[in-house]
Amino acid sequence: MSLSTAAAERETIPEPRIGRSWHVVLPPLCYLAVAAAMIAYTQMVPLDGIERGSLNLPFVLRRTWEHIRLVFFSTVLVLAVALPLGIVLTRPGLRRVTPYALALANLGQAIPAVGMVVLLAVLFRIGFWTAVAALFAYSLLPTLRNTMVGLEQVDPRLVDAGRGIGMSAVGVLAKVELPMAVPVILSGVRTTLVLNVGTAGIAAFIGAGGLGDLITAGVSTQRNLVLITGCVLIAVLALILDWLGGLAQRLLSPKGLS
Amino acid sequence: MSEPSTRGVPIELRKVTKAFPGGRAPAVQELDLTIAAGEIVVLVGPSGCGKTTTMRMINRLIEPTSGDILIDGRSSRDIDPDRLRRHIGYVIQQAGLFPHMTVASNIAQVPKLLGWDRRRIAERVDELLTLVGLEPSTFRDTFPRRLSGGQQQRVGVARALAADPPVLLMDEPFGALDPISRQRLQDELLRLQDDLSKTIVFVTHDIDEALKLGDHIAIMQRPGHIVQYARPAEILTNPADAYVEEFLGAGSSMRLLSLTKVGDIELDQVPYAAEDADAREVLAEMERDGRGYALVLDGMRRPLRWVTTAHLKGREGPVGTTGDEISGSIGRRKTLQDALEELLNADTDIVPVTGRHQAYEGALSLATVQNAIQSIKARERERRMLRLGREEGG
Repeated sequence: MSLSTAAAERETIPEPRIGRSWHVVLPPLCYLAVAAAMIAYTQMVPLDGIERGSLNLPFVLRRTWEHIRLVFFSTVLVLAVALPLGIVLTRPGLRRVTPYALALANLGQAIPAVGMVVLLAVLFRIGFWTAVAALFAYSLLPTLRNTMVGLEQVDPRLVDAGRGIGMSAVGVLAKVELPMAVPVILSGVRTTLVLNVGTAGIAAFIGAGGLGDLITAGVSTQRNLVLITGCVLIAVLALILDWLGGLAQRLLSPKGLS
Repeated sequence: MSEPSTRGVPIELRKVTKAFPGGRAPAVQELDLTIAAGEIVVLVGPSGCGKTTTMRMINRLIEPTSGDILIDGRSSRDIDPDRLRRHIGYVIQQAGLFPHMTVASNIAQVPKLLGWDRRRIAERVDELLTLVGLEPSTFRDTFPRRLSGGQQQRVGVARALAADPPVLLMDEPFGALDPISRQRLQDELLRLQDDLSKTIVFVTHDIDEALKLGDHIAIMQRPGHIVQYARPAEILTNPADAYVEEFLGAGSSMRLLSLTKVGDIELDQVPYAAEDADAREVLAEMERDGRGYALVLDGMRRPLRWVTTAHLKGREGPVGTTGDEISGSIGRRKTLQDALEELLNADTDIVPVTGRHQAYEGALSLATVQNAIQSIKARERERRMLRLGREEGG
């Protein structure tokens, strides 16, 4: 039988189009243009010996690459720890330990970043992985907290509906809770990324390289151009990664939510 | 429909108790409830009376502390809860649709869990959308957010029916809807149930909804026990105690009117005749009847006009087109309440009742309705006395 009477109670409104046109890529192009202009400028103006040592192209590119590596590894580490931890801490049985875990993560962010890097370097040794560890401790919180908040804000009735129609607990997590939490989680990841790009500048203090080298060199040798180049490149990197994060957020967020 | 649907199965709750840790009194106390196959049983009561807890124990979203629940004779304890729930439809308030999935994908969840192939799922989704009154091609690929509350709830019902379960649990499904959508969905649920004959456990705090939908109603009281479990008419005519009476509120006779269909009561019979009948014969019959009027029907037995002795006096030959046009008629599937409304608005004291194809079946007057209500009350009283006698005797 068919009850078509109320079928067209209200015509459905078409989904809004997601802007995929060219102006999405405009911001990163601008950022890249700024970086290119900065580097081009340093290659054209006359430099003294100290400046040349810090501003020659291979040196700058190597430092940039090191910086990216620092950010990449620390962020991957954060994801590998914060996502499972956030999931575990929001399961009903483990809610008791949640405040302690959050306090620990808060502590990581509360300690001044420079102090953390130096402390870790004293405790362990100088180098790339120590810097990655410090970045991890410093930027764990946003992703962890957003994972938890994202999962906790899922309407409990949806979880109930999922269990009620026969999904397992894992099934509800994978098919309902995580997809619904994706936007919040990704915004946490984005914060972690940007935080890492900025903080990775400190890695230079313990000989882990990165664009921080330019800043410390610029400060200690009183060469403002070197200092400014380092700052601009870090800022551009942060903006580009933030843009990528925004893009990921838009593409990975489930449709039908907003 | 492509496949015959699975009919309902009986459910039996035996001394079911649920005590929540930290709770003072158990939420549900040694509850016994037998639900016949294919019936709608409504659990109704104020909030905190344990009606939702009782319902959620049937599909083991809440585990009973003690007691047993038998579904089609099998103890639910022996079935893995996830598997059990895949064969029990579940509808909640505001539908509980997954907002990040399309309508089709929402409906497809249980068939997917049961491992149906894609084609069968797609066919089933379209079939269900049609069943609940939503055009598949329009609604299949939309997201729940784009639907009205009533449409969402229709999808909720479709999702619950997806794997053709014998049992449906509905937790205040229409609670958040506006009165018009709510009434329409209630009507459609009843119409669906006519075809499907599922066993439906329905939770609500609205006694009118309970009276309208329930084959049986369990009125519950805090903390967690059933005060009266009976058919709607019996609850209206014989409330078990003061609590039930208070819960029903005033107007139980009016409610009885809305529960009873015109076709279920004894109708008036008036003299009737076709247009080509001989006027003198009709007049003679009217005089025999004594009321002095008759109904003129067309060739399909549809009522056309009232004629009185004054119309026909001295007339020769067929009745023809004389008389007063009827001001309306009442369908036999209408409730007595609707019929009463028609009667109060009609120009005449008596209104014809029509059945299939608008054919004449009888007539209704205010006195008929009054008699009907009194006889229903008397019948219920008699039933109660009989049962009480049996209980005392056995």
